[in-house]
Amino acid sequence: MKVIQIDKKNWAKGLERINKSYRLFGPVKENGLHVFKELEKGKLPDLNYLNTTLSPKSVVYPQSEIMLEYELDVSKENHHVMKETEKDYSQRALIGVRPCDTAAFLLVKPNFDTPEYKDPYWLRSYEATTFVGLACNNPQSTCFCTSAGYGPFNEDGLDILLVDTDDHFLAKIISSKGEDFLRAAGWETNIDPDTAKNIISEMKQQAENKITSFVSTEKLKDKEVNKLFNAPFWENLAFACINCGTCTYVCPTCWCFDVQDETHVSSGIRIRNWDSCMFPLFTLHGSGHNPRNTSTQRVRQRFMHKLKYYVDKYNNGIQCVGCGRCIRLCPVNIDIRKICNTMNNYE
Amino acid sequence: MGFIMRNPYLPYPVRIEEITIETEDKNIKTLKLVFLNHDDEKNFSYNAGQFAELSVAGKGEIPIGIASSPTEKGYLMFTVNKVGLVTSALHSMKPGDIIGIRGPLGNHYPWDILRGKNVLIIGGGFAFTTLRSSIIYMLDPVNRPEFKEIHVIYGARSPGMLLYKDELAEWEARDDINMHITVDSTNDPDWKYNVGFVPTVTEQKAPPGTENTYAIICGPPVMIKFTQPVLDKLNYQHDKIIMSLEMRMKCGIGMCGRCNIGKEFVCKDGPVFTLAKLNTMPKEY
Repeated sequence: MKVIQIDKKNWAKGLERINKSYRLFGPVKENGLHVFKELEKGKLPDLNYLNTTLSPKSVVYPQSEIMLEYELDVSKENHHVMKETEKDYSQRALIGVRPCDTAAFLLVKPNFDTPEYKDPYWLRSYEATTFVGLACNNPQSTCFCTSAGYGPFNEDGLDILLVDTDDHFLAKIISSKGEDFLRAAGWETNIDPDTAKNIISEMKQQAENKITSFVSTEKLKDKEVNKLFNAPFWENLAFACINCGTCTYVCPTCWCFDVQDETHVSSGIRIRNWDSCMFPLFTLHGSGHNPRNTSTQRVRQRFMHKLKYYVDKYNNGIQCVGCGRCIRLCPVNIDIRKICNTMNNYE
Repeated sequence: MGFIMRNPYLPYPVRIEEITIETEDKNIKTLKLVFLNHDDEKNFSYNAGQFAELSVAGKGEIPIGIASSPTEKGYLMFTVNKVGLVTSALHSMKPGDIIGIRGPLGNHYPWDILRGKNVLIIGGGFAFTTLRSSIIYMLDPVNRPEFKEIHVIYGARSPGMLLYKDELAEWEARDDINMHITVDSTNDPDWKYNVGFVPTVTEQKAPPGTENTYAIICGPPVMIKFTQPVLDKLNYQHDKIIMSLEMRMKCGIGMCGRCNIGKEFVCKDGPVFTLAKLNTMPKEY
């Protein structure tokens, strides 16, 4: 394990250096809320946040993304033939991403990277990204990452883990991508590995101790899917839901999308936009039939997907990293922890 | 990971070669499509039961079952009911127009298992497209000896609403396929086939279920709902009842998230499921 120590006085300078060869993305405060954005030259990521309001999924998977383009003017060559769009997949770094949000990319990956098909947009962005994580020293009351299978210092999916020790960051190098990043930044102050290890492990323990909320997931896998699907509790759990879609919008592991064509004069683009299983149009057939016509059916779909279908399909745990955004932002206080425990304990 | 694999969202360009109006209400048309690039046709190698996304630039895409058979070379056929934005655009097109096609998508009828068996095909309304593909495929001189008895029960509201009328008549005249065409009702005095709903005709005409007999069903939900008990009565085991499902789709490759039934995606793990498999899945379709 190699750890270097970055004096915060050198932080800005290093980022400036690295910005010459990397596009940088990080948390910025906009209208009072923290979101992940591409950092303009010279702008520093604002690391003074607990967790961002929106997850960083947009860095790899933009809310709206051009897929293809076309020309409808019949006097032009190849009119009506779909073409791939030029896109920027140069190397980029996602700075200050939380371990929970980083793990979320790993949960989403098997959806876009399958033996039969590869989603080129998601995969190219993902592979172009160096994940520079920021360990979570102060988890919130809605955080339950440890029982979701992760933790405030979790390293899954990270290339570097930064640990904030007030005046310094300790930067733990996890992959060769991380090593390249640090070399480009030129932060090279070494620290005694044992000292670093001790500091990190102590801070990790402190952070984990601050987590006070938990989910039980161990029995989900063995439950019969139809037993959970037909369970009587859905009506009650979904009763308050107004199908606003906030939960899917802020969730780092929600990946559903819609595809639309947009034409301007005689040329256009085929784009994909985040979509949500909370909306009735998501599944409405042309015939008028809708397999998930009611709010209860849609709420059940969301939680069954995250806590049962995903578990069964990928054998990779639940499709949730415990970031707590959906709990904090749900206007009617629907709580995934309660639903997870209800499902897990249903006999 | 290399990106040797083709962008699965990029349609192959095709030209509309021919358009046929299928039904008396003119709401269903069959499009015959030809690939602009010869290599694309080679890459589009399909089996009866699969579907494709038809892409109209500026309008979008729509998943449609492939109505042509893999034994019909040089073109693809799609029979399209006019319902929404994309299908309406397709209905307004002319021969020579360029559209796109992505696929073939989804699984197909289990031809490996069906070889050497009796096959009962039950179809209703405009859901007869991949069933046409299957019949043409099985009747191909090379393939026909590989299947035992073939029965087809096909119903529509009225004689004018049947698809592929010329081919139905040809099949009626053959002795290596047992056709049971039916309409809900008709006042045509020359109508020489059955009158009655598909479940009723199934009960009267279908062969009984045996170890070597499989049923393929494709039709509107109400037809499936009332045909299933009839097949139970005829002793068809649920692993020998094969169904093709429909769902709203976008990507067609199991990524956009909307067409799932439980953990299965209709677009990728389906659209073909045995009833035995469906029985283990949530009833949400």
